[in-house]
Amino acid sequence: MLPMPGMLGGESMRLRMTMAREIASVRLFAAVTCLLTALVLMVPSPAKGRTLWVHPDSTLATISQGIGAAQSHDTLVISVGTYSADSLIIGIPLTLSGQPGAIVRAGGKRGIFVVTAPHVTIRNLHLTGVQASFTAEHAAILLEGVSHVTIEDNIIDNCFFGIYAANSFACTISRNQVIGRQDRLTTAGNGIHLWYCRDIAVIGNSVSSHRDGIYMEFVRSSVVDRNQCRDNLRYGLHYMFSDSSQYAGNFFCRNAAGVAVMYTSNVLMQDNVFDQSWGGASYGLLLKDIRDSRVVGNKFTSNSIGVHIEGSDRIVLAHNLFKDNGWAMRLMANCLDNSIRENDFIDNSFAVATNSRQNHSSFDGNYWSDYRGFDLDRDGYGDTPFRPVSLFSLLVESHPPTLVLLRSLLVNVLDLAERTIPTLTPETLVDTRPSMGPNL
Amino acid sequence: MIETKGLTKYFGSFAALRDVSIALHPGRLTGIIGPNGSGKSTLIKCLLGLVRPSDGLVLHNGRLPDTGGSYRAHIGYMPQRATFPGDLTGREVLALVSKLRSEKPHRMDSLIDLFDLHRDLNKRVRTLSGGTRQKLSAVVAGMYDPTLLILDEPTAGLDTGASKVFKGYVSEQLKQGCAVLMTTHIISDLEEMADDIVLLVDGTVSYAGSVRELKLTTDRPLLEAAVAEILQQGAA
Amino acid sequence: MTIVRQISGFVIRDILRSRWSIANTMFFAIATAGLFYLQADSARVAVSISSLSLVFIPLISLIYTAMYYYNSRDFIELILTQPIGRRSVFLGLLLGILISLVAGFITGIGIPYVILGSSDWTDISAVIAVIVIAIALSSIFAALALVAATRCDDRGKGLAVILGMWLVAAVLYDGLVLAAATALAEYPMETPLLIASLANPVDLSRVLFLVHSDMAALMGYTGAVFIRFFDQPIGLVVATVSLLAWFAAPVWYGLRRFNLKDF
Repeated sequence: MLPMPGMLGGESMRLRMTMAREIASVRLFAAVTCLLTALVLMVPSPAKGRTLWVHPDSTLATISQGIGAAQSHDTLVISVGTYSADSLIIGIPLTLSGQPGAIVRAGGKRGIFVVTAPHVTIRNLHLTGVQASFTAEHAAILLEGVSHVTIEDNIIDNCFFGIYAANSFACTISRNQVIGRQDRLTTAGNGIHLWYCRDIAVIGNSVSSHRDGIYMEFVRSSVVDRNQCRDNLRYGLHYMFSDSSQYAGNFFCRNAAGVAVMYTSNVLMQDNVFDQSWGGASYGLLLKDIRDSRVVGNKFTSNSIGVHIEGSDRIVLAHNLFKDNGWAMRLMANCLDNSIRENDFIDNSFAVATNSRQNHSSFDGNYWSDYRGFDLDRDGYGDTPFRPVSLFSLLVESHPPTLVLLRSLLVNVLDLAERTIPTLTPETLVDTRPSMGPNL
Repeated sequence: MIETKGLTKYFGSFAALRDVSIALHPGRLTGIIGPNGSGKSTLIKCLLGLVRPSDGLVLHNGRLPDTGGSYRAHIGYMPQRATFPGDLTGREVLALVSKLRSEKPHRMDSLIDLFDLHRDLNKRVRTLSGGTRQKLSAVVAGMYDPTLLILDEPTAGLDTGASKVFKGYVSEQLKQGCAVLMTTHIISDLEEMADDIVLLVDGTVSYAGSVRELKLTTDRPLLEAAVAEILQQGAA
Repeated sequence: MTIVRQISGFVIRDILRSRWSIANTMFFAIATAGLFYLQADSARVAVSISSLSLVFIPLISLIYTAMYYYNSRDFIELILTQPIGRRSVFLGLLLGILISLVAGFITGIGIPYVILGSSDWTDISAVIAVIVIAIALSSIFAALALVAATRCDDRGKGLAVILGMWLVAAVLYDGLVLAAATALAEYPMETPLLIASLANPVDLSRVLFLVHSDMAALMGYTGAVFIRFFDQPIGLVVATVSLLAWFAAPVWYGLRRFNLKDF
């Protein structure tokens, strides 16, 4: 059983405030740095920057020394070797580029890098060993109030939080591998965590075994594309209060739940795969208090619940595939004006479940593998409507243990009777134009 | 020798047999007569082990029958209606029996000759006439040279010629020391062949003894009249 | 034992020659081919076949066995007049009927599968699971039918009894479970329901299929109890023991009754 998102909010809010206090001191420094950087930028620089080599046997034996020796826009090449850094502040625009075998360990009980300057790039590094904390959200890389920072091609493993961006904008996080410790939920942090950010591109990362793979709260106009989130303890991708964003082409597999999108509007969810989210109240996609969003072209396969929708209005779910799920869709009665059209519902144990006889959403032109009607006028759509909510699914909704009777003759007969003469299933939850063949 | 001692059989509360004690002797034909429902078939089935007695014993040469049924190796049985699995041919029925007994029949071929069955053996049993089936049944009963032949209305379906052949076969068996038990409605057959008579009425033995003695005690020269006399005495 | 083998061998040959066996095989062949026609995915065909089997295998096994018994009373009486023990006759009959039932079922499903199905291992294992369960159900219900037929000499009464058996096992039992689960909703019902499903061979077979075909749904709710139970060796052992008991008990009782029976 997962804790409810609302409850978690309180807890993480406390954590966040602790953290905010801690980084307040850093912030002053950051502001000064920003000012200095701005000054530096205004001065016409003679060259694009130098390349400095950090090597355990050289004069620049630590990254800290390297940063100390660097000027803005220099590139620090980190040679093979194991280094340590304890919340090392990168306060000028720099590029940190690791050579193969360059490993940076958390040197203390805090994070590894704290980026406080814009135009910082960290790439090709292997970051590891950030310990869990109950008081602060230590991350391998913390972006604090910056812009135009690029974090790419890093391996981040065994870290509490992987990449943590707060109050930042126009940053890119791409092609990183973030592998958590597969800990208990209480001691696991998020792989990629965005808080109060905008215009962030999270692209092509692979995040596994964290609490949430990718976490976004108060994020605007951001893009989460082509990431792979597997085996995370809570959500593969967690959206809260993050309007006007999109995520597309991602692959979510074996997370406790694939994606949770909450308290948000104008989200485009396209071409993602939601696979094998198994367990009590486990869903491929949870939509809670969402408005004006589109769920298009996704594949929901082998989840306990494909999509769970509650308190959400004006969502278009179209051209998605629902296959081999326990429940393809759970649509709660407190949803309004959603349009579910031209999806394929194939071989799910239950097509649609709901909690009431009321329904204020429309179903149109979907393909239902359970549909047994005919198409005598040959228009490609069945002549009799399809009612995707079976009597048995209502029964299971009110008495979960009766699920054991799934596929029994009795249940089949009851369902058939109900489909013939509907008396208990929602009257308006009906697809009047069930497609005769798959739409996709 | 086969005998019953105090044989009693209840079907529910209905007593089909009550305290029946009879003995069948080698070389003698015992006829069982009695009205319909007097317990003739039940008695036969008790002897064969098809019906389990409620009380009393069936002894084969003084011994109780074993549960494996091996005592039936010495009994040849012709049921009232010869019934075989209808989809089998006569030959297959015979093969089946010999396979089940895992013993080659001693005189199958001579019996087939005797009853002139060759032509019918390759036909399915269901297509055979009642009489032909009866002949097949006689072959099954006799092909292992039994020491006891139990014949339930054996001549009922046979035509005159076949009936004559059959009676000849029975007499020959008697000569060889076989005990024969026969029920029939055709009293003349018994007149002709029976040495002993058991008269069953309502499951009890009204008379058991030799035919000669029966005729003497009732002072009737004809068996039919003698039997009628006994029945009358019983009713009186 | 050789006599049991001979009797069953005879029964098998007898049934194979009858229209019954052809009807039985054709039924499953047409059903399987029809399901392949309706749904191309052969894993799903296995699921549909298993649902079909849960209903029809008990029904067919019951009717087929009882009808064969009633139709072959002549044969039974013939062999009972031979020097053969009744145990052998009973076991030989049961074995013969069972083998021909299962053979009809396997060829009926197998041939369309070989022609139309995929050679994917998960599909093959699904079919093997269907066949194993089918063998178990056939055995149990053939034994039950033989007991019923042995006890009821009247064919009509015997058929009524076996139809009653089927109705209870396939429908009414689930009705009771459903009623109990809804009436006692405030109590924890998972373990009682687990036990209830072990106690009915049809339900047990269904749940054994379910934990594979509808894993996602079962994981969703209370089904986790079932998955946990049947995923462990102990679960399979208990299930096997339950199915064996359902076979052994009627065989044991049937042997006793057959031995005391009057023909």
